[in-house]
Amino acid sequence: MTPPDSGEIFVDGIRHESNAAKGPQISIVYQDQALFPHMTVWQNIEYGLHGRVKAKPERSARVRALARELQIEQLLGRKPGTLSGGESQRVALARALAVRPKILMLDEPLSSLDIRARAGIRSILRELNRSGITMIHVTHDYEEAISLASRIAVMERGTIVQSGNPREIFMCPKSEFVARFTGIKNFYEGSLVRTKHGAATTGTFLTGPLTMSVAVDARPGNGFIAIRSEDVTLSLAKPESSARNIFEGTIVDIIPTGNGVEIAIDTGIDIVARVTGQSCSEMNLECGKKVWVQFKATAARFIPAASPP
Amino acid sequence: MFLVFSLLGGVVLLFIIAPLAAMFLQVSPGVFAETAADKEVRGSIMLTLWTSMAATAVFAIAAVPLAYLLARAQFPLKRFVNGTIDLPIVIPHSAAGIALLGVFSRDTIAGKAFGALGIEFVGGYAGIMAAMAFVSLPFLINASRDGFAAVPQRYENVARNLGASPIRTFFTISVPLASRSIVSGLVLMFARGMSEFGAVIIIAYHPMITPVLIFERFGAFGLKYARPVSVVFISVCLVFFIVLRSISGEKRKFFQ
Repeated sequence: MTPPDSGEIFVDGIRHESNAAKGPQISIVYQDQALFPHMTVWQNIEYGLHGRVKAKPERSARVRALARELQIEQLLGRKPGTLSGGESQRVALARALAVRPKILMLDEPLSSLDIRARAGIRSILRELNRSGITMIHVTHDYEEAISLASRIAVMERGTIVQSGNPREIFMCPKSEFVARFTGIKNFYEGSLVRTKHGAATTGTFLTGPLTMSVAVDARPGNGFIAIRSEDVTLSLAKPESSARNIFEGTIVDIIPTGNGVEIAIDTGIDIVARVTGQSCSEMNLECGKKVWVQFKATAARFIPAASPP
Repeated sequence: MFLVFSLLGGVVLLFIIAPLAAMFLQVSPGVFAETAADKEVRGSIMLTLWTSMAATAVFAIAAVPLAYLLARAQFPLKRFVNGTIDLPIVIPHSAAGIALLGVFSRDTIAGKAFGALGIEFVGGYAGIMAAMAFVSLPFLINASRDGFAAVPQRYENVARNLGASPIRTFFTISVPLASRSIVSGLVLMFARGMSEFGAVIIIAYHPMITPVLIFERFGAFGLKYARPVSVVFISVCLVFFIVLRSISGEKRKFFQ
């Protein structure tokens, strides 16, 4: 559509033509679906087939098969304006798939949908992916990326700053930007002051009023600490444990999320712990309550600052 | 403030409605029927309607694609082109007629070329249509351009991505989605062409379209004879306008 400023795109070794009906097809599905509003669902799905499939019966067969697969058979006669977000996205997928693309490009396909519709489309995408179609999926939602991708590339200002499989990205974010993208709640700026050498490398990280022990092999200097909220545990009394980092604080916020409850504790800095709804109610957690937070030094990940502040 | 504005608005409305209403009231139903049955009047009204319709149809073939270009394409002198299109609205229509006459009269190259094809501009239907189109084209082009501009480009991109050619995209996506504006532009152009007098009378006094006939009756016989023709013609125009507007789905807008 937009001709490249430079370079060429090859799909399976065949050059992709940006403005022709020939060559390998790359279909795009937009966040807002962009269904043709003056056509019915059927006409939308059939649109790309004109010129590719001459015989009308075959076109109809393809439309019906896709409609069955995406469970939109009952919508075929409707106009896009009457569809819900999830239904529209199914139709948009059907329209894009009708032309049998080699690659399916998805531009935030789930972000305009409610949670239920999201789950439905997500499972459809997973099935499509299993059926062998390559998908390039653009998203701001790291859960979406984890649940769908086999490889992830994180882009910052137009360049890829890190790529790899989801584990690599989320367990080892290479920069503050990537760590923020992954949704890590506990992310602090400070400086690493001392590194002890031993069986495990342990450093001391100063951030605000707190001193943390972190497992690092980096040189001392300014940087960031990332701690996943799942790795932070709470207790009502001072715990006896192997965890190197134990702090006392006051609960300042309780945020229910899709999978558990996030508790923000003011220990001088805010630390977020994720607990299950059950333990939250069993421990009678409420705002203002004094609790102890703990996490292991290995759970705190140090990210050196890109440039010295 | 609203009271003052409403009063001022009322004066303006009265200014438009009062002369028309007075004219209608001064023509008795008997005279109206008599005029409507007048062969010359009927002929001229039919002529006015079909020439304006034909001019609109013929020029739409080129004007609608131009409107699309103006809405989508970036090209040098685009502002100049946009300005040029509005030119017929601001220049006196008699001057427009003179200008057209300079191009299409029998002793010019264009005039001779069309003459060889059997198309006469001066005193001919083609001349009437050219004069009508010249002054009414801006309405079609402006309305269509705004219509195309309001079509999200994303739809066109999706169509192209699905393998549709640019021309197929134009006809199956852009035109249908801009159809309201295009149709409203066509109606406006048709209506404006129908009411044109200045440019037409210079290029073609005969065959006589109704605005020219009204002028002639006024000159030859006076107000009393010009008035019934005006009333009959305005009635026909109004009926056409309302019918076309309601067909184009603009009914609600029009009546609100």
